[in-house]
Amino acid sequence: METKNRPPLTGIAGTVVQSEPEKRTIRTLLRNDLGFIPVLLTLLVIAVYFEITTNGIFLDPGNLSNLTQQIVPIGIVSCAAVLVLILGEIDLSLAAVAQACSGVTAVLSVYQGWNPWLAILAGLLTGTVIGLVNGFFIAYLRVPSFIVTLAGSIGYAGMLLIILGKQSTLIVRDEVIRNLAPVYLDGIAGIGLPLLALAGYVGAVLYDQRTRARAELKVKTPSQLALQLGGISLFVILLVVLFQVDRGPDQAKVHGIPQSTMIWIGLVALMWVTLKRTPVGRHLYAVGGSVEGARRAGINVVMLKMGVFAAASTIAAFGGIMLLSRSTAVATAINPTLLLSAIAAAVIGGVSLFGGRGSIWAVVLGSLVIGALDSGLNLLNQEQSVKNIVQGVVLVLAVTLDALARRGNATRR
Amino acid sequence: MAESTMTTVANQRPSGERVPRLQLKDISKTFGAVRALSHVDFEVYAGEVIGLVGDNGAGKSTLIKTMSGVNIPDEGDILIDGQKVAIASPTDSTRLGIETVYQDLALCDNLDVVANLWLGREAKIPIIPRIFNNLNETEMERRTLEVLRTLDVKIPSVRVPVAALSGGQRQSIAVAKTILRNPKVVLLDEPTAALGVPQTRQVLNLILRLKEQGLAVVVISHNLHDVFEVVDRVVVMRLGRRAGTFDIKNTTPERVVAAITGAEFGDAPSAEV
Repeated sequence: METKNRPPLTGIAGTVVQSEPEKRTIRTLLRNDLGFIPVLLTLLVIAVYFEITTNGIFLDPGNLSNLTQQIVPIGIVSCAAVLVLILGEIDLSLAAVAQACSGVTAVLSVYQGWNPWLAILAGLLTGTVIGLVNGFFIAYLRVPSFIVTLAGSIGYAGMLLIILGKQSTLIVRDEVIRNLAPVYLDGIAGIGLPLLALAGYVGAVLYDQRTRARAELKVKTPSQLALQLGGISLFVILLVVLFQVDRGPDQAKVHGIPQSTMIWIGLVALMWVTLKRTPVGRHLYAVGGSVEGARRAGINVVMLKMGVFAAASTIAAFGGIMLLSRSTAVATAINPTLLLSAIAAAVIGGVSLFGGRGSIWAVVLGSLVIGALDSGLNLLNQEQSVKNIVQGVVLVLAVTLDALARRGNATRR
Repeated sequence: MAESTMTTVANQRPSGERVPRLQLKDISKTFGAVRALSHVDFEVYAGEVIGLVGDNGAGKSTLIKTMSGVNIPDEGDILIDGQKVAIASPTDSTRLGIETVYQDLALCDNLDVVANLWLGREAKIPIIPRIFNNLNETEMERRTLEVLRTLDVKIPSVRVPVAALSGGQRQSIAVAKTILRNPKVVLLDEPTAALGVPQTRQVLNLILRLKEQGLAVVVISHNLHDVFEVVDRVVVMRLGRRAGTFDIKNTTPERVVAAITGAEFGDAPSAEV
């Protein structure tokens, strides 16, 4: 321990701090920006397979339009699941909450004759209250979320039985509630809104590029920028155009974007902005990454968790109401596949079960995969047993990939 | 030999008039029957690096936790720039300009460097004031690059997840995180533990940078070799007391080790633990 003559502690010459990775290998790209590519390829394989085996019925515009509507309840509940998963927790009560809350809306509308909007609001608020109860046990009393929400799902199913009384199904006749989902949008709502959203996105990206250039930070090259904006614009415009194609049994009546699909995509976009561009969203990912790190950074972890569970249950309630609108009735039996499909959709799309990783857009791709499998197997007249097995296999595959990716990340340290 | 005891060093310092940045006076702390600290004095000056060393259970951590607000002392005063302050929680400590980097770093591995540095006090652009704030990523990234340049921290990119960085880089990020808050005092708990040779060098370099910035730095370390490379003074804790203070210019590691083990100080308190 000779220490008298200190060696000079100079930095290695030339400070190299860059704002963008030097090499973008395929691996890093797949982990970040292009992480959705494997799922997209899976979706393509599924589509091609069913297109061939169903003799062209699968990719029929009518079937595709149906598919996008079928997956909306799963997709919305999946949005709720993503919030909780990012936090590193799980909510097994989402399906029960969805149906219990839609039960509240249905009963208030049918038996009490409430204004439909008030009935819907009451259903959503029921979801919020349930979420706060869940969150209180999980965040404040620190009971594992797995147990709280598992017990909750049984309890809320019981609540639904009480709400509906002796009836096993309750049919809703109110036009407002019935028309939430199955309406088709064109004109200003169906064409204008998506294009407006697209314009907003392009504007935000360009603005970002300009402020970064002004701050002398590394910016995207013009070709990267053109590729990004062009690709997304093309995709959105193509979708809008495709939805305007006439379809339906007599190839004439139906065209436009299904309202339920539009609402769902709007919800996803809103959540995306919140998660990616606001402090609250950042804190959510932080808690999912390291609770201790977030707490020491001054984040109120308990309040955040309470808020997330409340938001998740409210969104699930909304999913339940959309399901009510589509099926025009609420049943006392909890749909056994809704919960697992919703969580599966999130995980298939790349949201980690271990917290802190994944984008909300995952639910769109994941729901499409689940919906495509379901729709395709239906067209092939497969039994529920086969559908269940296929879905189970797909879920295990997705979770396995997630676990492997996590291990890969850990060993790279 | 006895030259290097506390009193002589204190007298030697030109700081007779100089006010310590952070000063602890007569601190005592007991946990149940265990006396973790008894009548400990401690002081660190601006632009000075202090090494806090001692055997396991000697009271180093308790002392650091007293400064960072995790432990509240039973007796004694804490002074910042000569002003008596009350530190009752980590928040108080942070507010007073004392930043602590714990051994576990408490970084969020899934977030990138910028996000980690600014976690909990992100730069915002209010879109709808108080309701909807947009993260000001440009500003955060610009200042991040600035701080990392000042501290001479080298990382491949500020947009990689922290999980992808080496141990030394992670330690540097944890330190840079404290610097963003313009602290007066930085406490580092075992900053070089479990680091390889080049990474240790990187962190020691960083400590010198902090000193250049005029900060008061306290480093807890088991590694005397590292301590002797960067610190100005070494404070030795033993059995809850300050067993000695050494000016690095006129002492040797052997003498510090002797103070840690108590070989030189036969009068170590015996029955109190």
